[in-house]
Amino acid sequence: MSARVVRRDVVVARLDDLRERERIVVDVEGTELGVYFYADEVRAWYNVCPHQGGPVCQGKMMPRTVQLVRGEGGLKSGGPGFHPTDRNIVCPWHGFEFDVLTGKHPADHSVGLRPVPVRVDGDDIVVTI
Amino acid sequence: MTDLFTPRSDAPHIRELAEIGGRSDTRDVLAHATKQARDDYDDYFIVDIDAHVSEDHFWGEVLDLIDNDVWRQIGMDQFGKFAGNNALLNIQPGMSHQSVGGRIGHQGRKEPMAGEEGHPFVTAARRGMDAMGLDYQVVFPSAMLLLGMHPQDEVEVVLGRAFNRWLTEVILPPNPRLKGMLYLPYNTPEVCEELVEKYADNDGIIGYTVCSTRNNPVHSDVYTRLYKLIEDSGKPLAFHSGYHWGDPSFAQLNRFLSMHALSFTHYNQIHVTNWIINAMPERFPKIKMVWVESGLAWIPFLMQRLDHEVLMRPSEAPGLKRLPSEYMKEMWYTTQPMERTNMELLEATMKSFNAETQLLYSSDWPHWDWDAPSTITRLPFLSEQAKRNILGLNAARVFNLPTDRQKPPAEQVLQDRPGIS
Ligand code: FES
Repeated sequence: MSARVVRRDVVVARLDDLRERERIVVDVEGTELGVYFYADEVRAWYNVCPHQGGPVCQGKMMPRTVQLVRGEGGLKSGGPGFHPTDRNIVCPWHGFEFDVLTGKHPADHSVGLRPVPVRVDGDDIVVTI
Repeated sequence: MTDLFTPRSDAPHIRELAEIGGRSDTRDVLAHATKQARDDYDDYFIVDIDAHVSEDHFWGEVLDLIDNDVWRQIGMDQFGKFAGNNALLNIQPGMSHQSVGGRIGHQGRKEPMAGEEGHPFVTAARRGMDAMGLDYQVVFPSAMLLLGMHPQDEVEVVLGRAFNRWLTEVILPPNPRLKGMLYLPYNTPEVCEELVEKYADNDGIIGYTVCSTRNNPVHSDVYTRLYKLIEDSGKPLAFHSGYHWGDPSFAQLNRFLSMHALSFTHYNQIHVTNWIINAMPERFPKIKMVWVESGLAWIPFLMQRLDHEVLMRPSEAPGLKRLPSEYMKEMWYTTQPMERTNMELLEATMKSFNAETQLLYSSDWPHWDWDAPSTITRLPFLSEQAKRNILGLNAARVFNLPTDRQKPPAEQVLQDRPGIS
């Protein structure tokens, strides 16, 4: 017999507030999660980093760093540059980065954040935990 | 702490968690580690043998203790005018990339201390120890770890002396859970000897440290008397690795990542090779050698490499009575930054040098690549006893520390401040 997991819907933020701030991290009676509004999308991720369990959602949001190229058919290095649209969540413990919309690590797609089901209900942001 | 507005009557209590940055309280940054301690290892005895609540934040205090009038005046003049926390040091601020462009805020952090009594270094260290569930923490120098390559030996001497005074007079006495390693200005052996003798009976000083980032060889006869004194003291000698971009070996590396990956292990490999091939373990069999901060992957590499070479060319290592790997299994190593991307390799690595008795947990907190104690408790292949040894009991043996509990319960730490910012 498997244990029954009771899930419930919780309103964790106002859409307007989230839209303005882009990220809100909350502790709902012991469950920590970050809610993000970016590129007209809403995402929620558990605030636990797959690396050492750090508070990943409490880190910075940064543009993804990309390798620029130049000259000779784009084969020479143009140095590092910031991606014009992609944004990464950066874990404040050791710097692992995760795409805010997919939750995946840029160099290893098997490493990623654990999603929290989230929806917009009127003006409420509702997560299922 | 902010209570968010929630419109439903049965709504759960929600509190907001703030962004973590360079000014966050250590207890907030490490709240997840405290939860790991509560859930996994609250009853473990834990010694962190390498931490760096940094002296450079209090550099004016150290400079003020320089015992040479001229060097003190030059240091304070630089401190006030242009060099600040780097006065007299040979680190290159423009080449310090540890915070990854500000992504990792606890590297070089400035902690709020309002309302706290006592020295801010000691307060920050206590917060870190409590939050990670540590019984003891051994403090190492930080910015001074490159001093071994300072072109002016006398600057290393005056800073080494001043740091040791600051450590033993200001930092260690207020909290017996903090322990220190005496900084040895290794370019000047007779001063090292004098310092070992001077601090022989200091309770806070539980060993001696040499910064590995340097050019002069460990087997030189100029160190014979020093090693004899260290051996007689019963306290270990730790080589703490580091990096220096000015070292020509590394001139081709264009990223800090590459530099960091190679340089730390590079210096430990050089010194361990010289130590063994020159038969120092036969000449000073009782010195407890500790190799700090290079992770673990280099150890089985060097064991195999040296064994292979010594078997082919025994005439070049005539002092050896056993294979290099046998001597290496009698030394101690620290965990951080422990490579964990391949569990099979890590397990084989730990077996190769008897990690169960020879490995010492270190956090390296608050440096950017620090490791929490859970990096050990969560390893799937270690026995319960091996975890307890690595996290604290091995260190108690090497450093002669009592093993009774020093830390508050993790649950208490969380109740006092549940990670809020
Ligand atoms: S815990 Fe997130 S990067 Fe290490």
